[in-house]
Order: sequence, then C-alpha cells, then structure tokens
Amino acid sequence: MLLYILRRLLNVVVMLLVVATITFGIFFLVPLLQHTDPVMRYIGKNANPVAIAGIKVKLGLDKPVYEQFWLYLKGLVVGRDYANGNDVIHCPAPCFGISTQTQTPVWPTLLHDVTVTGSLAAGAAVLWLVFGVGTGVVSALRKRTAIDRVAMVTALAGVSLPVYFTGLAASALFVYNLGWLQPTNPDVTFTSDPGAWFQGMLLPWITLAFLFAATYARLTRATMLDVLGEDYIRTARAKGLPERTVIGKHAMRSTLTPIMTVFGMDLGGLLGGAILTENVFNLHGLGFDALNGITKNDLPMIMGVTLFAAFFIVMANLIVDLLYAVVDPRVRLA
Amino acid sequence: MTAPLHDSGTATLEVPADQVPESAKITGRSPGRIAWNRLKKDKVALGGGIVVILLILVGILAPVLCALVGQDPDTFHTNLLDASLGIGTPAGSFGGMSSTHLLGIDPISGRDLFSRVVYGAQISLIVAFGSALLAVIIGVVAGMAAGFFGGWVDSVISRVMDILLAFPQLLFSIALLSVMPDKLFGLSGSGPRILVLIFVIGFFGWPYIGRIVRGQALSLREREFVEAARSLGGGSVHILFKELLPNLVAPILVYTTLMIPTNILNEAALSFLGVGVKPPTPSWGQMLSDSIQYYTVDPTYMVIPGLAIFITVLSFNLFGDGLRDALDPKGN
Repeated sequence: MLLYILRRLLNVVVMLLVVATITFGIFFLVPLLQHTDPVMRYIGKNANPVAIAGIKVKLGLDKPVYEQFWLYLKGLVVGRDYANGNDVIHCPAPCFGISTQTQTPVWPTLLHDVTVTGSLAAGAAVLWLVFGVGTGVVSALRKRTAIDRVAMVTALAGVSLPVYFTGLAASALFVYNLGWLQPTNPDVTFTSDPGAWFQGMLLPWITLAFLFAATYARLTRATMLDVLGEDYIRTARAKGLPERTVIGKHAMRSTLTPIMTVFGMDLGGLLGGAILTENVFNLHGLGFDALNGITKNDLPMIMGVTLFAAFFIVMANLIVDLLYAVVDPRVRLA
Repeated sequence: MTAPLHDSGTATLEVPADQVPESAKITGRSPGRIAWNRLKKDKVALGGGIVVILLILVGILAPVLCALVGQDPDTFHTNLLDASLGIGTPAGSFGGMSSTHLLGIDPISGRDLFSRVVYGAQISLIVAFGSALLAVIIGVVAGMAAGFFGGWVDSVISRVMDILLAFPQLLFSIALLSVMPDKLFGLSGSGPRILVLIFVIGFFGWPYIGRIVRGQALSLREREFVEAARSLGGGSVHILFKELLPNLVAPILVYTTLMIPTNILNEAALSFLGVGVKPPTPSWGQMLSDSIQYYTVDPTYMVIPGLAIFITVLSFNLFGDGLRDALDPKGN
C-alpha cells in the first residue's frame, strides 16, 4: 500500500509539472500571437521607456523564457520577491504571479474566491449524490413502474439541459415571478449573514446539482440492475436474508464502486459547471476571476486559476484512487 | 439456402422452397441488419433520430427556410419594439410573436428570432459535427495505437490522455479562444472563429473516445483472427485498419452520436461566455447570454434559444441511447 501511495504521489507531481509547463508555454506564446509586449499590460501605453524598462526588470520579463519559467516554479514553492532596486513587491509562497490589474500577488484573491467556488461545488455535490444515487436505486428497484419512468424521463431531460438555461429559467421563475427567493448577492458571505447566504446559494446549488444528479441517477439505475442480476444476490436471497440487507449491504457496495470512479472524474467537469453557474448567478468565485481576467487581459490571473484548478482535479483523483485501493485490493498491484 | 440438393439420394425428403412454412426459414442476418431491426422497434430512439434528421435539414436549408418566411437574421425591426417601456423590449405578448415573426423578435434591435434560431442551428451543428469528427479521428488512431502496440506507445498516449482529462477544460478553452485573433489563415468573418471552436472542442474531446477504443483494441489484439492475420503475413497497418477497425465501428458510432450533444452544449457554453462565434453571427449560447439582461421583462427571448438547445441535445441523446442498445451484442 505504501509503495502504491508513493507511486501515485510521484504521478501527481509529474502531472502538475506538465500542466504548469503547458500553461506557462501557452501564456508565454499568447503575447507573441497578439503582437503585444507583456509588460504593456502592467503599465499604460504612453509610459516612458525608462519606466517600462524598470517594470520589465522588476517582473523578470527581461530574462529568457526558461529562466522565467524556473522563477515561476520556484515562486510557487518558496515565494518570490519582484524587485528593481528599492522597488519591491513581496510575493510569499505559493506565488502565482502578479496581477496586471491590481499590481499585487494573485494568490490572496484565489484563496479568497476558492471558498465561494468550494461552497458552491460542495453543496451541489451533496445534493446530487443524495438525490442522484437515491433516485437511481429507487428506479432500479421499481423497474418499469410509473416512478421509474418519470424519474428516467426527468433524468434524461436533466442531462440535456444546459446549466446556463436552467439557472436563468429557475431565477426567472422563483426570484422574479413567484418572489420566493431574493436574487443572489455576491457580497453576502456565510460569516456575515448565514441565513441570506444559504438562501442565495440555494438556486445555484440546485441548478448545478440537477445536471449531475441526472447523470448519476442513470448510471446508478443501470449499475444496480446489472448487480441485481448477479448470482451472489440470488444466493443472498436464497439464504433467506431480508431484502433490506440484500440491497443495502450486498448490492449497494458493488453499485457504489463505479459511481466513486465517475465522481472523481467529474470533479474536473464540476469546475466548468461552476464557472457557468457563477456567471449566471453573479457569484464571485474562481470562475468569475477567470472570466474577469480574460476580459481584462490579466494573464497571470487566468494562469493562476488554471493551475490552481488543475491542482484540485489532480488531488481529487488521487484521493479517489486511494479510496479505490482501500475498497478493492487488486488495484494496488496494477 | 433452400436450393434442392441434387444427387444426394434424399430427393424424397425434399420440400419445394415455396411450401416451407414461413417460420421455418432460416435467413442469415448481418449484425447491421439485427441492429437495424432492433432500432426500428425502439420508437423513442427512432423519434429522436427523426428529429435529428430534421434538425440537420434545418441547418442545411437555413437560407431557404428564411426565404420562405421572408425574413433574414440581420435586418433590424426597431419599429416593432415597445417604445413606451423605453428599454427596447418587443411590443406584443410572447416576445412579439406574430405571423410574420414566428418566434418573435429580439430586444433592442428587433431582429427576427426564427431566422436567428435557424442560422444558430447551422453554426451549432457545424461546430458539433466538425469537432466530433476531429475527436474521433485523433481518438481512434491514438486509442488503437495505444491498445495494439502497448509498451511505451501505450504509456505515452495514456499519459497524454490522463493529462488532458485532468485539465480544467472549459477554463482552458475560454483562455485559448479569448486570445485567438479574429483573422486566421487569411480568412475573416465567422469562419476562423468556427474553425478554432472546432479545434478546441475536438482537441479536448478525443481522450474520451481514445480511452474506449484503447480498451477495445487491447482485448481484440489477443483474439485468434488477429493472430491469423499476422501469421498470414499481415503488417501492423493492415491489422489495425483492416482487422481491428471494422470491429470497432459499433462503439465508435455510438460514442460519436453521444459526443455530438456534449459538443453542442460546449459550443453554446463558450458562446454564452462570450468567446464563441462573434456577433452578429447568430448562436444559441450568445442569445441566452444576451437574454440575461431582459429575462425579467422578455422571458420569451430566453426560452426560445434554451428550448432549441434542449430539443437538439435531447434528440441526439435519445437516438444515441437507442443506437447503443441496438448495437449491444448482449441485448435481445
């Protein structure tokens, strides 16, 4: 097991290095494609050449690309000081670079906004796991009944509806027509007003969860039906075990294994869904930062969000892999 | 098959072909025929398939359809807007629906929504099919190579697929699209944008199909027919494309059909976020994103592109699901 963990950890490091290299490579090439000098993003177009040269030295943009990349990687691990003489911006570890908009390190913004994306994602994940898996199990046990049909038609509709449409339609209905909920206010946080925060997050959670719940309901139903056809389920029933034990203990365990794998893989897609949901409901999370960075041409910010998000996806996959190895010992040898 | 056997000495047992009862006739059915027969019985999938064909026709015939109703997607009809509210919403109920403007008009400019939805279908389907084709080509070649050759080829390709799947794809697509210049390879207008969209969506889509093809190729290469082909002197290229590929057609077909709706959603998402096709070229995602400003006063403008996306994606999903069941050798 220890060897397996070590091998997976090494894999994670390699993966993050590759992602960092590609991200850096692309964002280094972008200014070339746009025929702009990256330093111009930090300073007005009419600045005098001395000031431009000064900023170039300060941000290390005068160095060759491989040295810039090395400094960036080093900054991520040990922090970095952007200095030109006495003019210093201190960027403590992990340093994701300096935002062109605010001229301050990107990291504090990322750290602040990840809580918004995180609470959106976590709330949605709880909802979709409970309702998705629950619906799937009920559907499988009540195969070909009205409940099953209604659930599966709803699920199919759910897979085919884009988040940005369900989100808009839901807020048009519940916020503006029925007046049941207030529009989501991005400035309200859990600590400032828990009640208003929860109420504001309700629609974003449901919107994001609906899409995934639909997929999980379909997957759970199919897997459960396969499992119920297995010999060991018949054996369990033949032994006279109560149906609750057969389903809850024997069938559920096998049903949940593939769902766990898909859950790990979905976390990457979850970020995409979160970007769209944040956009629809005007939440200031990582997706907002990325889009804002794009409109303001703030490359360090976009790069920071991309790398930070990749880190989460890779870590989530690692955790799923390790859990998998705990559940299924054969995985450790693979 | 029922031709009489001459010189067999069992002539007395022969029954003329036209007297054999219908049920006793054994006819050979190809796997394709079996799948088609199953698909014909699946009414839901068939319905999805018909809608898909209709949508493709709508996309191809967009100029004809618009000429039929006498509208085009770019003409402003500001005289049809409600002047009293002062926010440029269409006059009349349901977003200004009328016999001339079947689906109403959009706010501010008053362009005909029917033509914009129809042209939107064209863009959406071109991008979805184009990127699916790209993903299938890369995915099949890479997946077959990984599964068949194994060893370091497999390691490299599998690792690349893992990395691409670990990428925050939407974020990356947004970043890439936002920095792409509007002119490319001497093309201007919406052409380069569409090409870039196809490239970006296809590029992130291939690992999904690549993984499936790899798994299939991995199990197929151990089979006897591959060994037979090899012992007869067949080279790797021959085995890959003449022996393995025909056996992979079914899964490839199913996953392509199921990939198209995902691509439609991706295109709409990118256009929604403002990095897809540039206005005034109509696109469903962009209409939805415009509608955010008006949905409290003109909900029709939000519902129409939303429904267009929903119906398209749903019918592709229904058809794809049916096709998968029909082609499943374990099904009955």
